Order: sequence, then C-alpha cells, then structure tokens
Amino acid sequence: MEPFTTLTSRTVVLAGANIDTDQIIPARFLTTTTRSGLGEHLFADWRYGPDGTPRSDFALNGPAAQGCRILVAGRNFGCGSSREHAPWALADYGFRAVISTELADIFRSNCLKNALLPVMVDEPTSAWLIAHPGAEVTIDLIAGTLTLPTGLAVTFPLEAFARHCLLQGVDELTFLLERRSQIEAYERRS
Amino acid sequence: MARGPQTLFDKVWRRHEVSPESADSPAVLYIDLHLVHEVTSPQAFAVLRERGLRVRRPERTLATMDHSTPTLTAQVFGGAPIALDSAARQVRELEANCAEFGVELLGLTHSQRGIVHIIGPELGLTQPGKTIVCGDSHTSTHGAVGALAFGIGTTEVGHVLATQCLLQRKPRTLAVNVSGGLGAGVTAKDLILTIIGRLGVSGGTGHVIEYRGDTIRALDMDERMTVCNMSIEAGARAGMIAPDETTYRYLAGRPRSPRGEAWEQALDAWRGLPTDAGARFDREVDLEAAAVEPMITYGTNPGMVIPIGAAIPQRPGDAAFAQALAYMGLTAGQPIRDQPVNVVFLGSCTNARLSDLRSAAQVLRGRRIAPGLRMLVVPGSQQVKREAEAEGLDRVFLEAGAEWRESGCSMCLGMNGDLVGRGEYSVSTSNRNFEGRQGSGARTLLASPVTAAACAVRGRVTDPRELL
Repeated sequence: MEPFTTLTSRTVVLAGANIDTDQIIPARFLTTTTRSGLGEHLFADWRYGPDGTPRSDFALNGPAAQGCRILVAGRNFGCGSSREHAPWALADYGFRAVISTELADIFRSNCLKNALLPVMVDEPTSAWLIAHPGAEVTIDLIAGTLTLPTGLAVTFPLEAFARHCLLQGVDELTFLLERRSQIEAYERRS
Repeated sequence: MARGPQTLFDKVWRRHEVSPESADSPAVLYIDLHLVHEVTSPQAFAVLRERGLRVRRPERTLATMDHSTPTLTAQVFGGAPIALDSAARQVRELEANCAEFGVELLGLTHSQRGIVHIIGPELGLTQPGKTIVCGDSHTSTHGAVGALAFGIGTTEVGHVLATQCLLQRKPRTLAVNVSGGLGAGVTAKDLILTIIGRLGVSGGTGHVIEYRGDTIRALDMDERMTVCNMSIEAGARAGMIAPDETTYRYLAGRPRSPRGEAWEQALDAWRGLPTDAGARFDREVDLEAAAVEPMITYGTNPGMVIPIGAAIPQRPGDAAFAQALAYMGLTAGQPIRDQPVNVVFLGSCTNARLSDLRSAAQVLRGRRIAPGLRMLVVPGSQQVKREAEAEGLDRVFLEAGAEWRESGCSMCLGMNGDLVGRGEYSVSTSNRNFEGRQGSGARTLLASPVTAAACAVRGRVTDPRELL
C-alpha cells in the first residue's frame, strides 16, 4: 500500500446526504474479477446520461473538478452495500481522501484498506467546504489536521492503528499473519 | 475474572477475542464461519495467490453463487449459456478458486444452492454464538439466531481466508425494544421498515442492534431474519436476536446442525447466551408494535418510508429530499396509495423464504395480476423452491400470471440481467430502494410480500388488508 503523509489538493463537492455505494459504483460493474479500471464507471449513473455522454450538471464533469484528489461529501457517505469496488473506483479515479461529517462503517473500513483517507469533520467545517467547492486544502496525516485556505486547521480523528498503517504503507494482512501463534493458541483453547 | 451482567453481543464478542482491542491496535477477532460468493471474492483469492497463502480453515469456509447467477431454468440447468459474459466469467472463476484452495462450493446446479444468507440458516450452519462474516452487507441476517454476523469488504475476505481472523474495533450496543402484537396484515418487514424510519439510515452507525421484547420473541425464525437482514439499512453492521426455543426448534435436525450429544452440549452453551438481566446498552429505543402499519417506501433510501395509507411528507428547502422525489417521479403531499406499478419483485435475502412465498400466495390464490404488470417470483434457495413446489405455490404464482424462477439475488440488484426498466415503478420485497438499484432509472418501492402481492393484483399501490 502506498504510504499517505500529506496531501494538498482542490476539492470536488457532492453535498447530498446518504450517497450510497450503489451510486458510487452501480452493481452492473461488479462482474469484474480485478480491482483496476473502475474509475471510468465511478458515479456512472450521475456522471453520464442514458446515451453515455457526460452530464454537464454533475460536479465531477466540471472543468474545475479535473485533477481534484479530495472529495467532500454529505453526511453518511458510502452507506449501503459492502462492495469494496466503491473505494476501488474512487481511488482508481484519482481520489486520495474523502471528507464528510459521517461515513458508513463498512465503507470507511474499506477505504482504510486502500489508502483512501476517511476524514471526519464537524458540521461547521463541512458546511464551509460544501459552500466552497474547489477550495485548496491540505491534509497532514502526521499532525492529524485538515487546513483550509482560510488558515484554519482542524484536527480529525483517526485511530492509532489505522494512522500507523497509512503512514507506513503497511497492510493489515501482514499484521494478522504475524499473529499466527496467538491465533493457533486461540484455536487450541476454544 | 468477575464480570457484571453482559449483553448477548458482549458474550459473543469476548468469546472470539484472539486478542482484545488496545489503545494501539484493534481486537483480533476469530471468525467461526466465512461465507463466500462470486462477486466479492475473486480479488481476495488473487491476493492469496500473489502472496503464496492458503485458506487457513477451509472447513470453516463455504462458497456459493447467487448475485450474478441466472434465474432462468434453461441457463441454470439446461446448458444454455449465461446471458452475461462477465457474469459467466465470475461463476467460472469461483469454481476455479474453490477447486484450487480446497473450499466447498455449492455451485450453480447444486440442490442446496441459494442466496448465501438464506442457505446458511437453512443448512443449520448459522448457529447461536458464532461469529459469521461474508463479503455482503446483508450478512446481518444471520444474527437472527443469536450469532454476531456482519458484512465485510473484499480485502477483509482475504484476511479471513488467510488467517480466519479480522481486525475489528468493538462496536457500541443499541437495544431496540418492541412490545405488543402486530396487527393483521402487518409483517416483520413492516416492523423493520418502521424501525429504520425511526432510527434513520445512519442511526445505527457504529452499533450492533439487539432486537428485544415480546414482539420479537413472538416472531418465527423467517420473520426474525427479515428484521435482522435490514439492520444495515439503519447503518448497523449487525443485528442480533437472543436464541430461544423458537431458535432451537428451527435448528434441530438441519443438515449441518449438531447431532446427538453434540446437540445437547450446544444447547447448554446457547442457553447461556441471552443478555443478562441488568446488562447495559449504550443506547435504547422503544417501539409499540400496535402502532406499526403496512409500510412502503417512497424515496431513494429505506428511511424514506411511510404507512401505506399516508401521504408523502413535505420538506420544503431540503434539496436532497426534492431530488429523491424528482427521481421517483412523485410529489410531496401526494398519497402513495393508488400509485400505478409496472413491476412486482418477490424475492431477495429479506423476503424470499418459504413463509414469504406462502403469505404472498395467500393474496394471489384465485386472482390474476393486473394486465400489463410483470411479476417475478424468485425463491431464496433451491430448497425453498422445492418446498414451495411441493405445496403448489408455484402453480398459484403461475396461474396468477407471475414468472417462477430459479433462486438467486436477481432483481434485488439486477446484476444478472433481471432488471426493472428506466422510469418504471417496482414494488419490491427486497431491501434497497437506492437510485438505479434495480436498473438504471428504475423506481423502487420497498414493501412486504403481502403488500407486494396486493399491488400486483391491483396494479397500483394497495393496502394488503383490503385483499386478505
């Protein structure tokens, strides 16, 4: 996994609450057997019209959204299906962080496995970001801060273990495989 | 070590801690049963292959195929090719992965195949006190027997395949206490839709729900599974119901339930699982069953739900709400009753067990579905299909003008080509009414099997109590 330390990028905003993983990546794209290439189908039904042409009214299709690596989303982003194809599609498209007041549990867990940083912020910070699409912000994972162009730096919570894995680029599987003797001991006693 | 009163969840969690959570690391949680399907596993098997790993406990792993599989008999049993090439590839890849890694597979033509959350309990593999995971968010279904069961992503599928463990932070607990009797024509589906409406679609985030109270105790196992199934629609990864005599009667004699002395030992252990008197939950919510009506959704998430006789609420100034209604082609303030319906889907891990088919058949017997309406009936498993056919339910559906299919997830998420058309209204017994869930531009209204059947007969949104 690619380590995550700091990231400076403009933001793209999807302000609606409860954006589910079926919107992030519709089920018809889940028949793939690899992780790659899902970025072109990200938000497919919002991004493209029925004839496949990009919809000019969708945030990701605006000229200002090109190259943005941070997605600002409404409350409870990523709810619904456990499909890891959702963070795969976001990461493949180029996003490295998702900012919201609240992220769905399974989606958040899946993001952490894919170096896609979940950033939980308070309501005023979220409201500011939603009102200022395209704002250039800096995420510093070492300091645990998100800095707005106003100079305001807000801290965001992230459990120590997830932070360690992201900063070092280590994966959980390696950690679990190193626990083999404990797992064997558990299997003997249960 | 002396401990105070514990909840059902606490007991199951503690018994599966290989190592507890600390300030620096999450708990290592042992997984008793890992269910695998074709859509969320290929990339996990690929990681095992890349890293030279084996499946640590194949005997704790069971694979089946359900999401992208066809429901037409000719494509399942008749040798006709699966219509979608990519789905056919996924099916073949699961067969190859299971063969390579020594995992038991209930494959496309197996007599015990079905939706993964239907066959686990049906086989007796789903048992009280177990930890159960699957790369599917509706794994919460299995909590109905008193298991701790939750959905995981594909990377975690790989973790469980390789180590039989997961790294997890301990969730909080939420008790949903329900008391009193459900009215005639009011089902477990209406109860859970009411609960989701009350909690909201993120009200359970970070929590495991325990459904409690005399209403829950009075539900049969199929109904309990319907309730636990939709826990995730309130944001909770898991929902649980304490095991009791109803649970034990259900599990006794199932193909993979313990037998003989092992059964007696299991019963002893299971009887110690229910939440102790005086145990504390992090949150509690109370509900009166008598207030629950037949429910139907009108929007684009399961929390946008109303009693079938009510009008769609008005929320001036709420842009997301307005967008949802625009997608649905519905108007704030309009009654949902009599809304024309194009498609009715009776199926899914929420409502495709035998009792669901029976209750819908009760409405359809001797009646026809409305002209021009399409009704698809997809049993939850091949066993449910056989049992339904043995009591003639297939004839009831076919004579009413519905289609009778082989088991699978089908039109719940439309991966296999069973789709609702753009702009069409579908009354569906499934669990999600998200935009495009049943097909691009499809408009889904979630309801119970009896409500769905009543809507099929009238071709309009109909209170099932008018036809019972």
